[in-house]
Amino acid sequence: MSDLETFRRETRAWLEANCPPEMRRPMTSESDTYWGGRNAKFSSEPQRVWFERMRDRGWTVPDWPKEYGGGGLEPAEHKVLREEMAAMGARSPLSSFGIWMLGPALLKYGTEAQKKEHLPKIAAGLIRWCQGYSEPNAGSDLASLQTRADSDGDDYIINGQKIWTSYANYADWIFCLVRTDPTAKKHDGISFILFDMASKGVSTKPILLISGYSPFCETFFDNVRVPKSHVVGQVNRGWDVAKYLLQHERAMISGTGERGIGRPLGQVAADSVGGDDSGRLDDAMLRSQVAAFDIDEAAFAAVAERAIDLAKAGQSHPAFSSAMKYYGTELNKRRHEILMSAGGIDALEWESERSRGGARPRAWLRTKANSIEGGTSEVMLGIVAKRILDLPGA
Amino acid sequence: MPLVLTEEQSMLRDSARGLISDKAPVSHLRSLRDSKDETGFSRELWKAFADMGFSGLLVPENFGGSGLGCVEAGVVMEEIGRTLMPSPFLSTAVLAVSALSRGGSDAQKSAHLPKIADGSLLAALAIDEGAKHRPLQINLQAVRSGNGFKLNGAKALVVDGHTADLLIVAARTGGAAGERDGLTLFLVDPKAKGIAIERTVMVDAHNAARTEFSNVEVNADQVLGEIDQGGALLEGVLNIGRGAVASEMVGLSEEVFDRTVTYLKERKQFGKLIGEFQALQHRASQLYIDIEITRAAVLKALQTLDGDFEHAGAAVAVAKARAGTTATLAVQEGVQMHGGMGMTDQFDIGFFMKRARVCQELFGDSNYHADQLARMKGY
Repeated sequence: MSDLETFRRETRAWLEANCPPEMRRPMTSESDTYWGGRNAKFSSEPQRVWFERMRDRGWTVPDWPKEYGGGGLEPAEHKVLREEMAAMGARSPLSSFGIWMLGPALLKYGTEAQKKEHLPKIAAGLIRWCQGYSEPNAGSDLASLQTRADSDGDDYIINGQKIWTSYANYADWIFCLVRTDPTAKKHDGISFILFDMASKGVSTKPILLISGYSPFCETFFDNVRVPKSHVVGQVNRGWDVAKYLLQHERAMISGTGERGIGRPLGQVAADSVGGDDSGRLDDAMLRSQVAAFDIDEAAFAAVAERAIDLAKAGQSHPAFSSAMKYYGTELNKRRHEILMSAGGIDALEWESERSRGGARPRAWLRTKANSIEGGTSEVMLGIVAKRILDLPGA
Repeated sequence: MPLVLTEEQSMLRDSARGLISDKAPVSHLRSLRDSKDETGFSRELWKAFADMGFSGLLVPENFGGSGLGCVEAGVVMEEIGRTLMPSPFLSTAVLAVSALSRGGSDAQKSAHLPKIADGSLLAALAIDEGAKHRPLQINLQAVRSGNGFKLNGAKALVVDGHTADLLIVAARTGGAAGERDGLTLFLVDPKAKGIAIERTVMVDAHNAARTEFSNVEVNADQVLGEIDQGGALLEGVLNIGRGAVASEMVGLSEEVFDRTVTYLKERKQFGKLIGEFQALQHRASQLYIDIEITRAAVLKALQTLDGDFEHAGAAVAVAKARAGTTATLAVQEGVQMHGGMGMTDQFDIGFFMKRARVCQELFGDSNYHADQLARMKGY
């Protein structure tokens, strides 16, 4: 038996023994996601137990080095772990922008001191991070951002405003893009800096969205003092860090959706629409849409698997995450359009207990942001045109 | 298994590409078409294929082949798709070999597989009867007669049927049209009394025939597999063929795409390269993404055929359906973005459009496989 097969067998046995049954069911509400942080509360005892067992094994971040609180798994082992968790429907023990976005950027660009300071706290779910990228006048044209960081001895004084800061009102720290050289060309005067959201001069204001939820905030900086040692990478080279991190963000968003978890879409549709005499979904056009979706969904799962394997083999294109982001988000929007169509009248209720507080229409509306956040679909297609296809003037 | 080609498979791709791009660029197909060549492919090239070991790629080693798998067959098909090379590879080396090695007796394998591997025997699979691929609707009748059967009926779109030395015919020995039970495969000599073969000149200038069977006598030892139980064997063989055609469509799509992107970087209008227009850039990007996703889905299906054959149906349906829609989009965008030039016979793009249409229909189009997937998933 190969080492990998041994690892698979041991991993499966460990997961079977340690993942509580409650943590193997599809998530049904926002409170099923554990985000960690200074003020974190577990929504249930199984959630706490599952998180702590995984944390102690380093498996909140299975592929990070052990010295930073990770599991130290090889890529092939990490894949096995993901497959085994997916096979039993095991939930992710910890969701975190620190894991998905900041961590990879720190591992590549951070100083040893920065890695030692921040990575173990991310792995252990002690600090919850938010991302300070977009501004009111810097959306798709992110590099035109205006939040400024003025030098003052060993510190920067930060002034400006961010927008669409996910969960800024719950976050402990922020990784933030600021302009450190207002005279340089727009991509060349940006730095990537970390600071505590409890710093004097930071305030947040939630934004009510069409879903009725407020996952995003406006975030204001009024003379916030931050040590210069908190800059990641070189001063004025923050755009390199930002772009690298965006690749990870896009990879994360492309995976949005309940891929492979819960009941198949066709059966969800059949439950509400019903079947004809030969057992087919009794809405031929909807059935066609679901089948076309299922084909694209399965194909996308294949390309997601292949993207990881290509990266392992050193054959991937760095801009491919933009392709994944484009397709994955458009696919998730399609899924929720189908769910709404399948649910019909029942999918229109907004508040009742019967509708779990309007979960379906709120989720449907939430997905409309998928193709905007982290770079719009149009920006993604532009990146593919420029960086992969090398088309002129793109 | 990682969803990338192994080193050996990459080497196979390189050698297939070397031979095919050198000896059979699109101009090869064009000249066969224009000269109204009687065989419609080059026997000399098929010999070269045999010498390279491609004709015996799927033939087990003890019957003179290399004993490789569907991924390797797909690698060759993809290269064939890049230049649209007309070749008995699909009919003989993929479909017939799969049918014989999966369903044949030792005597049948010994009689045919070594000859296929050395390039001396061509074979064709006769399945479809109606306008659309509906394998369960097979109605060509095989009625017991003496020590064997008598075949009556007709087949359409028999790929390479006009040059085959051996026909593998799917017939009904029991049950009614629409049923899976009662199907039987027969090995039939195309020169047997009562067989009429009409070569059909097709839109894509590739080879196909219509065949009619009128009281054709076959012996019981020409049954391939079990009597009445050929449905499962046929479906397995078809799945391999579907994976192969999906690979051809990936190669075809990528070639059209490469040519189109090159054109976007050369053609000037309004004083700039047309590739500078965002309307075209975004469509090119979308097509690129579609092709990459389809490539992954097709490789997944081929790996599943090699690793878990009995459960490959869903992955194959996904691959063939995706490949069909992707190739259709690729050739349409290819012609549109080449503008008026894309409409001319002188330009190669039209050849790809024609071949994509045929590949769509072969062994079930995108709609067929979407419907199959829905049935498998129970809705």
